[in-house]
Amino acid sequence: MIIGLDVGGTHADAVLIGEGRILRQAKVATDHSNLFQCVWTGLDEVTRDVPPRAIRRAVLSTTLTTNAIAEGKLAKTGVVVSAGPGIDPANFRIGSHYHCVSGSIDHRGREIQPLEEREIDEIAERFLTEGVRQVAVISKFSVRNPKHELKMAEILGRSCDHVTLGHHISANLNFPRRIATAWLNAAVHPVHRRFFEAVKDSLKKKGFEIPIFVLKADGGTMSLEASMEVPGQTILSGPAASVMGALPFATGAGDTLVLDIGGTTTDMAVLVGRAPLLEPLGGEIGGHRTLVRSLKTRSIALGGDSALRVLDGELLIGPERHGPAMAYGGPSPTPTDALFVLGRALNGDVDASLRGLRPIAHQLGLTPEEAAGRVLDLSCEKIIFAARKMIEDINSKPVYTVKELLSGYRVKPVEILTLGGPAPFFAPRIERLIGIQTSAVPHWQVANALGAAMAKNTSEVTLFADTERGIALAPEESFTCRVGKDFDRKAAISLAFELLRKKCVKAGASEPELDLEVVEDIQFNMVRGFSTAGLNIRVKVQARPGLIPEYQKLAQSMVNCCLLP
Amino acid sequence: MLSSTTRTGLVFFPAFDWAIHPTHPEREERLLYTQDQVCEEGILDIEGIVEFKPDIAKLEDIQRVHFCVPDELSVITESHLISAGGAKKIGVEVLEKNIDRGFALVRPPGHHAMRVVHGARGFCNVNIEAMMIEYLRQTYGVDRVAIVDTDCHHGDGTQDIYWHDPDTLFISVHQDGRTLYPGTGFIPDFGGPNAAGTTINLPLPPRTSEEGFLYVLENAILPMLEEFKPDLIVNSAGQDNHYSDPITNMHFCAHGYAELTSRLKPHIAVLEGGYSIESALPYVNVGIILAMAGLDYSRICEPGYDPERLRQGPEITRHIQKVVEESLAVWKKGPSIREDNRKKGKLFQRERRIFYDTDHITEIQKETIRACPDCSGLLTIDSRTDIGRRILAVHIPRKACEECRTSGYKTYDSAEIWSYNRIFLQDRTSDEYFSRK
Repeated sequence: MIIGLDVGGTHADAVLIGEGRILRQAKVATDHSNLFQCVWTGLDEVTRDVPPRAIRRAVLSTTLTTNAIAEGKLAKTGVVVSAGPGIDPANFRIGSHYHCVSGSIDHRGREIQPLEEREIDEIAERFLTEGVRQVAVISKFSVRNPKHELKMAEILGRSCDHVTLGHHISANLNFPRRIATAWLNAAVHPVHRRFFEAVKDSLKKKGFEIPIFVLKADGGTMSLEASMEVPGQTILSGPAASVMGALPFATGAGDTLVLDIGGTTTDMAVLVGRAPLLEPLGGEIGGHRTLVRSLKTRSIALGGDSALRVLDGELLIGPERHGPAMAYGGPSPTPTDALFVLGRALNGDVDASLRGLRPIAHQLGLTPEEAAGRVLDLSCEKIIFAARKMIEDINSKPVYTVKELLSGYRVKPVEILTLGGPAPFFAPRIERLIGIQTSAVPHWQVANALGAAMAKNTSEVTLFADTERGIALAPEESFTCRVGKDFDRKAAISLAFELLRKKCVKAGASEPELDLEVVEDIQFNMVRGFSTAGLNIRVKVQARPGLIPEYQKLAQSMVNCCLLP
Repeated sequence: MLSSTTRTGLVFFPAFDWAIHPTHPEREERLLYTQDQVCEEGILDIEGIVEFKPDIAKLEDIQRVHFCVPDELSVITESHLISAGGAKKIGVEVLEKNIDRGFALVRPPGHHAMRVVHGARGFCNVNIEAMMIEYLRQTYGVDRVAIVDTDCHHGDGTQDIYWHDPDTLFISVHQDGRTLYPGTGFIPDFGGPNAAGTTINLPLPPRTSEEGFLYVLENAILPMLEEFKPDLIVNSAGQDNHYSDPITNMHFCAHGYAELTSRLKPHIAVLEGGYSIESALPYVNVGIILAMAGLDYSRICEPGYDPERLRQGPEITRHIQKVVEESLAVWKKGPSIREDNRKKGKLFQRERRIFYDTDHITEIQKETIRACPDCSGLLTIDSRTDIGRRILAVHIPRKACEECRTSGYKTYDSAEIWSYNRIFLQDRTSDEYFSRK
């Protein structure tokens, strides 16, 4: 049996699955001030009377780190940056303990200016007196040569609790993002560690010594142990859970648009075939652009609970949410109330909904039913507009080779999958407006928790080799080795796969999950004068994102037994 | 987060899968380190800087500018259409007012490509700036354009295309042609009979440094632009004046390029040459982008940059002052020369030998232009090569008078085909292109 748990903005959903079906599900109101209680209640409910040995794994997707950032509840974090020439690193100041030091490394990874250890010593002392225990160290081009970051970490590590090294969190080139990401990683480190140690201990006390996984922003899982070094990867895992929940129901025949219509927002994502589309560099959180490998998602402030009003004869939906729908005792009319008025939703106070819609209808000069229809159409139109814009943006993303530009793949969804509370009611309207087959996924209310439960491990390894300098390195893995002149792309790929296999196993992947692929491999002849001086090789390999093998049986049974409204 | 006050567009197209041949300076690796530097500096995340995908230029875009022999597809590759399309995309975004300025960081380059194209010269096949400019003129009615070519090599292709166009001011700053390919671009070369003074050549001595370049900018280029009042300023931003460039002899630097860009304020910059791919391009390009976006570039600096060692000698400074003085004289007398020629209203001819170094072709051209009192004059080119091709090309300029236009069609229709492999007519008044064989 597998447990999946996803904490959302309004609710936390937990499922227990086994024998190819959902055995139990639980819904708990989210209490951001006591997230642990909320997670624990969810886990407790679905595991009641279940023998501990029957559970193979639990996957948790929480808003812990995301909220810590949104609410500014972060650890006091020191940032030490070595930039060298270029844009002034003072522009990337983050947190209130930010220091720029000497040292410079160029684009090939050559040391141009050494680090001044004395400067680091002084900062270490300052951090000690200021009570800074979490530190991030970042140098420009550290992914080409981590020497300066390693030295800084060595010095600062003597007096601090934890040091995040820039080159460990991503191999992508982007110094400002590396600074922001390393800072986030360091700043959420203590809260992540405390929370998950508590979860683990509580489960242990209950007798559940089961492998625990956490969901990452890219829709993959990693073991709790692995997450302790890179808690930043769990930021933004919420939308990832939904996308993974929709994945089993994509036909895979073409591209799919996934719409998670929640209470306050609608999140959208794209599946190309069956692969969720990722952000090219990393996701954005709280105004910080990061290198956190994330699914490409877009969110609009429109959901089932968005407040309705009329201004100068124009119907407005959202962006505010004042509470639940009036049908559920909320203060103001919402799209969900429109569903009640149209008789599409049950188990609520229809009269309250009507009461809410009437003034809206009056101001629009319509009957309440007509107004309700207008509300739903407008909501769908807004969602479609945002989705179109997102796809347009994806398709205008630049590419850097003649071949790619000429053969340019364009995303073109052939089906839309919706999930979230109002999903089945919105689906037919969206289909009518956009002319693309639209359906709600089975168990749309808990699809996110299912997504978390079924997600498999994702890992990525980036290998960079420069045979003129005679080096190969995989910065995130702390791997460096000497290579000869005969080292080529083929050798680089097999080395990268070897490192990836190790990384996956360490992150808790089981053998059947290992579905490895090459994402990027380019090799350049470095010509100096008129002869080739060496090869410049860049290889990226990954464990393909997706679902653990058990999903097939489950998806099958769900499609068969699910009754759509 | 860093944000720019000037909305700046970028097209970055490094053509990582295209080379003239594997060890040629114009090879896959050329913009690799520039890409690394631009990415690592986080330039594409700066608020106000936006990256666009290049358009793919159309054959009509070539036909508005060139006469390709025997035809367009025989002298270009897809990569040329993308690099020209990259420049065009930036131009469109500027004219659509989506951005204030933009930089097309594309390859292959184009400024050695002349009006008639038999093959590749100086790594160039088609002129990507000219294709962009003529597209913008056609689509948006842009009239007066200034092109400032800061590549180390004389922009002989662009000069050739605009030699007879008084509405296009072409200024080329380059290493003296007596010391560098293509060996042209001297002060007395100041444009055709109807466009005297709208071609300006500023040949600078080897080892000219930042001081010299900025002197030329302040004392020649900016005053000329001020007077010419262009609707659009285009910078052919070659980067081979850099002190580390392997095929030139100048002493310019990344900071200097940024400073020059910041003062020139081009609407559109297009990358041309520059082959110091590791030591110069990453820093020069970052400098240019920051300068275009109005951001601080004072900390851009190449590893090992030593201004003292690069400082130009006093004899170089004196030489440059003389170049500026003479160019200003040419600039001043241009209008009266034009007037004189137009009054005469006769036919002017010139005969030239053009060498295509990349493709090893020699072309002999006989060019005839009418010094027209009413327009920039009908142009005909009789061109033959040592590979046995001969063509006749008729160019009716954008603002041609009725007489020149009629005469152009007459020349095209009456030419005897047995003398030529092909006869071309480019009518810029109606944006049409014809050829027969």
